[in-house]
Amino acid sequence: MKHIPWIILAVVGAVCLAVLAVSRGEAVNALWIVVAAVSCFLVAYRYYALYIARHVMRLDPNRATPALTRADGLDYVATDRRVLFGHHFAAIAGAGPLVGPVLAAQMGYLPGTLWIIFGVVLAGAVQDFMVLFISMRRDGKSLGELVRMEMGAVAGTIALAGAFLIMVIILAVLALIVVRALAESPWGMFTVAATIPLALAMGVYTRWIRPGRIGEVSVLGFIGLIAAIVFGQNVAASEVWGPLFTFTPQTLCWILIGYGALASLLPVWLLLAPRDYLSTFLKIGAITALAVGIVVMAPPLRMPALTQFVGGGGPAWSGALFPFLFITIACGAVSGFHALIASGTTPKLIGSESDAPFIGYGAMLMEAFVAIMALVGASILDPGIYFAMNSPAAVLGTDPASAAHAVTAMGFPVSADLLVQTARDVGEHTIVSRTGGAPTLAVAMAEIFSHVAGGTAMKAFWYHFAILFEALFILTAVDAGTRAGRFMLQDLIGLAVPSFRAGTSWLPGVVATALCVLSWGFFLYQGVTDPLGGVNTLWPVFGISNQMLAAVALMLATTVLFRMKQQRYAWVTVIPTVWLLICTLSAGSLKLLSSDPTVGFLAHAAKFGAGIEAGTVLAPAKSMEQMQAIVFNDRVDAGLCAVFLAVVVSLLFFTVRTCMAALREDRPTVNESPAQMVPAE
Amino acid sequence: MLRNMLRLMVGQPPYEVYLAHMARAHPDATPMTRVEFFRNREQARFGGAGGGKCC
Repeated sequence: MKHIPWIILAVVGAVCLAVLAVSRGEAVNALWIVVAAVSCFLVAYRYYALYIARHVMRLDPNRATPALTRADGLDYVATDRRVLFGHHFAAIAGAGPLVGPVLAAQMGYLPGTLWIIFGVVLAGAVQDFMVLFISMRRDGKSLGELVRMEMGAVAGTIALAGAFLIMVIILAVLALIVVRALAESPWGMFTVAATIPLALAMGVYTRWIRPGRIGEVSVLGFIGLIAAIVFGQNVAASEVWGPLFTFTPQTLCWILIGYGALASLLPVWLLLAPRDYLSTFLKIGAITALAVGIVVMAPPLRMPALTQFVGGGGPAWSGALFPFLFITIACGAVSGFHALIASGTTPKLIGSESDAPFIGYGAMLMEAFVAIMALVGASILDPGIYFAMNSPAAVLGTDPASAAHAVTAMGFPVSADLLVQTARDVGEHTIVSRTGGAPTLAVAMAEIFSHVAGGTAMKAFWYHFAILFEALFILTAVDAGTRAGRFMLQDLIGLAVPSFRAGTSWLPGVVATALCVLSWGFFLYQGVTDPLGGVNTLWPVFGISNQMLAAVALMLATTVLFRMKQQRYAWVTVIPTVWLLICTLSAGSLKLLSSDPTVGFLAHAAKFGAGIEAGTVLAPAKSMEQMQAIVFNDRVDAGLCAVFLAVVVSLLFFTVRTCMAALREDRPTVNESPAQMVPAE
Repeated sequence: MLRNMLRLMVGQPPYEVYLAHMARAHPDATPMTRVEFFRNREQARFGGAGGGKCC
């Protein structure tokens, strides 16, 4: 009898999915997607997560977690499950689940919706949950250490090096999104720039004036942010100040690189910590507001269920649905980066093994819900506006007339007047070719928020609020990531040169910071100067790397199941592993070897190389130097893809070898920490 | 509870739990003051490789 409500919920979900799948031509309300997703998530949580907990992991509420066995009141603290859910969700949700689905909307809303729902239930949430479980049983050790413990030292080092490269790509692509959102936008640039003195003031406040008063200082900071958004309009309109905050993408790129280096060397209390308060609370608030806004507004979807770009040739990113959709939406469906979080602070804070499904599986479902909202946001816009914003300038030209002409020719009729009017509504000079996903989402959020509060007059405010919200937490990720990357690199080099480890002297820190910033700065600069907009090139590389890390995490989980002698349940991790390997290996090798120059890096390099030999400059390059830069960048990207492929194939080899060895044993061989009972109260 | 959740989101566990732990496990040691505890956690969140957040 207890199953009846769940059966009803499952039927509701199935009906909603069916409505989405069969409707063609008529307008479908966005709430169908939201209800379909929520019902599927709840049913999956109630049955699949519980099945994994009971049968696959055999969680034991009487077994003490690291928070109990190693309690220190600092890192290891048994925490209320709802409090910990908030902590874990805030750590995993970022720009990824917002940007990927917006880009994926170029194929229509249906493929992205289905992949997010099924991907998270069968792969993403399973991965987070399994890694949390594995780390929780091993004193909260990190992913690199876990791979080393269960698969050997070589595999551990490969995984660590892979994770560092992925970090570099993530930082570059995130920074690129900020550059695309803030270039030539004095209003946006002013508000984001204003957060730096604001954060410094907050840092001084929490250091000397009222130490530890986070709530107080965050409220003050928030008031400052709103003032900056309001005042930004006057700055942008001013003839003196407007041009001072108007930057070309190249200049912004250098500013960001310098900023990243500085932020990772400054004391954390001065800049990083206070900005973290602002961005974390703003992120949670804006996501909640977006959910409420979508439900209140109940907008119709204007993007078709499927567009003609399913077969490839889309303007926002190239390639066909398989395999490229499955790497474009990485975070939100399955994200390898979460393996680093689920083996970070969370396993040290979990109070009971029985909380693990709620934290590990549940928080990832919540992130998938964020991804669904981003997809809805992109799909409620006029498709003409969507494609005018997300196609490269090389396709659209630079003025509204040429853009309207090009987008109408794609089959999405739009007038130049509408493009001009939309730009005016949101307080920008132009919306043509504002690639990267963030501006598109900001237009959608302005649409939703102004419908709920303020009307058209408030659209410009809400647009810049949304840009600030995205830029702020991306920047926090960039400098926290640079700092983390710096320590990863010090550890990695420390394996060969022990004196390079953290804490010995200041020099290795500066060297590692410089190496880290230069690595992501290189890819950022390449993306910024890429005439196709950069997102086109970098987002797939990021997606491939992130999904490969997910495959690595799932391979670790498979190994652990075999070593626990639980191999008859290993299908739970083997199925998503195989799917991710198929997607990433085929996407990776297509990026490397495809003869289509819009997809394959080497084919693209060969095309431009031939141009150089013949002495002709090929569009979109404008000079021989640009031609040479394109060829060089293509080769670097190809090399990177090859490294990612090598990492994943070698770890697959270690996985198979370890699983075979485990099968030959007649008892469990895992390296779990010894079981201790939960102490009686 | 909401207050604890928001504080833990930015890496600050409850000071009272720390004090209770120190009183129980290390009654002889002097625990950090509230401000020292705050700074210790701030440094721990961003000072090491664990400070990474997701994309």
